[in-house]
Amino acid sequence: MTDVTSWYTVTPGWYMALAAILFIIGASGMLLRRNALVMFMSVELMLNAVNLSFVAAGRELNLIEGQVSVFFVMVVAAAEVVVGLAIIVAVFRRRNTASVDELVDLKG
Amino acid sequence: MENVLISLVVLLPLGGAVVLLAAGKRLGEPGAGIIATGTMAASFGLALVAALDFLGGHAPARVVTWFDWLPALGVDAELLWDPLAALMALVVTGVGALIHLYSIGYMKGDRGYGRFFAYMNLFGASMLILVLANNFAVLYVGWELVGLCSYLLISFWFDRPTAAAAGKKAFVVNRVGDAGFLVGIMLVFSTFGTLEFGHVFESAPAELGTGLATAITILLLVGATGKSAQLPLYVWLPDAMEGPTPVSALIHAATMVTAGVYMVARTGALFELAPVSAGIVATVGAATALYAATIALGQRDIKRVLAYSTISQLGYMFMAVGAAAYVAGIFHLMTHAFFKALLFLGAGSVIHALSGEQDLRRMGGLARLMPLTFGTMAVAWLAISGIPPFSGFWSKDEILAAVFQRGGLWTVLWAVGLATALITAFYMSRLMYLTFFGDRRWSEGVSPHESPPVMTVPLVVLGGASLVGGLVNTTWKPVLEHFLEPAFEGLQPAVLPGGLNLFLLALVSAGAGLVGIVGAADVYLRRKAAREEGPVWDLLRGGYGVDDLYARVFAGGGGALTSFAAATIDEKGVDGAVNGVARLTGWLGSRLRLLQTGFVRSYGLAVLAGAVALLAWFLSRGAF
Repeated sequence: MTDVTSWYTVTPGWYMALAAILFIIGASGMLLRRNALVMFMSVELMLNAVNLSFVAAGRELNLIEGQVSVFFVMVVAAAEVVVGLAIIVAVFRRRNTASVDELVDLKG
Repeated sequence: MENVLISLVVLLPLGGAVVLLAAGKRLGEPGAGIIATGTMAASFGLALVAALDFLGGHAPARVVTWFDWLPALGVDAELLWDPLAALMALVVTGVGALIHLYSIGYMKGDRGYGRFFAYMNLFGASMLILVLANNFAVLYVGWELVGLCSYLLISFWFDRPTAAAAGKKAFVVNRVGDAGFLVGIMLVFSTFGTLEFGHVFESAPAELGTGLATAITILLLVGATGKSAQLPLYVWLPDAMEGPTPVSALIHAATMVTAGVYMVARTGALFELAPVSAGIVATVGAATALYAATIALGQRDIKRVLAYSTISQLGYMFMAVGAAAYVAGIFHLMTHAFFKALLFLGAGSVIHALSGEQDLRRMGGLARLMPLTFGTMAVAWLAISGIPPFSGFWSKDEILAAVFQRGGLWTVLWAVGLATALITAFYMSRLMYLTFFGDRRWSEGVSPHESPPVMTVPLVVLGGASLVGGLVNTTWKPVLEHFLEPAFEGLQPAVLPGGLNLFLLALVSAGAGLVGIVGAADVYLRRKAAREEGPVWDLLRGGYGVDDLYARVFAGGGGALTSFAAATIDEKGVDGAVNGVARLTGWLGSRLRLLQTGFVRSYGLAVLAGAVALLAWFLSRGAF
């Protein structure tokens, strides 16, 4: 039995790598951007990176839990989007800005 | 059937108290008084019926079990109906009913009319629980309940600061004695494993060593000195006169204060095993008798004279039971209940007539105006002075004779008792002369008058009892002794001297009483010039300053301790610790709030760092 995997074969490792890259992009966006809307999108990116790792691992290990978890994450993310966007819109209407650095009223 | 009777003796006054507590105000005058008097009188009737058995012959003692009270300790709520308990119950309910009747007149128009009779009935029930107890636990319950009633009734007019203070003083001083009593009861339980009288007294000679017996009896004596106002815990009784006069008559003369005497007589089987304790009891009694009698000489308040007189007479009873002359002690308890209750009620009648005047210096010349009060009080006066054939003579004489017969050092106690008899006759005569004879020294605008029949009828009945009450136990026909015999079975009671000796002793003690009466007549009637001034009178009037000393040392010391606890320990220590914790928390918060920058992205960084740290930790553990 020869080794049939080569660099162009899409193995789970590739999925994990892609997920890691997406997560890092999301995390960086979260930490570096000031616009609440963009930060929000970064959060979504991180969530989906995790989703990707879940499905990949689930398929590789032949476990259904990986797939199931993804649905939970999606549902939660959808709910979060609804609430989060509503807050952002409300803040924007009130202050005419969406920059999180100006929202420092709870500073200790 | 008998058991129901005996239970009802206690339950009737108790039921009366419950009804009056609930509806006393609505019943008003004289409904509340009639209910209270009726329950006490009915209780007396039932007790009389139940006691008839003992008169006929040697009926066995009865035990009435109400319920299992403390199954773990084997203590039941039980009543004991033996001759001693029966006699005490008869005295309590009989004298109690008369005093209740008197109170209907005396308390007329008082705001707390219903409350007064509720407390009085509650006291009756409590005292009956005390004297009918079949074990130390029930005895203790009665003991504490009468203390509570005493407190409630002393401070009955609680809007007077002096009355409130007197009630508090009585309660606190009694607590000191009760603490000793309670420890004594615990010691009894740890020794015998039971609190039941019969069992304890029967097994005492076999199981109890002299040392332990002495310890137990001394502790019981501490309790008795508190309740019965003996040295050194007597200070509360004179102040207790702040209560209404019927209260003084019922609780602080006739019944509650004799609880200590009853208790010592009841536990005579233990005192017999501890001769030292019995000697201490008699010595305390004799010392108290003489001491209080001298103080009574100098008092100007008519009720305080009687209060010190009560302390002194209780001393006689202690001397008797200490000398193992149990019958004589209980005999004197009974006659004293008659004549001292009568004296208090008579004093109440006088105070009533003079619109609340209690100072002997502003009385005088009342004999004509209040013939019934004067006549009945005169009987009591001669009785307490020990003039034959009045009741006090027989009981006092029996005590002195029994003490004398023991010989040795007891002769000293006898001499003290004899001196006390003389002083007693003197101060009682002083009281009578200053109240009823001589010039009229009343305040302006007072017009004395005889009290209404509701008050004089009890006086007359008690006067009759004081007159002939002594005849129940004369030398040639000792009915009471035979009656009480079963209660003191197995004990070795004191013996009386026989024949000529007894006659001579009686002559001497009656002579002492006569000398006192005549001496007082010389000072207060013939010369009329007793100004009672000078350092000696001041000393007597102030009770040798003992009260002030107690006030300074114990009350003052306690006050200083509490203010130290309040100002230093509480405010600085406890409050300081609490406030310190609050300040520490505040300071910590002011530092920690600096972490809250308000920048969402720094929070995000913290979350990320935390996640990474967690991940690193899991990886390093190799948990995957």
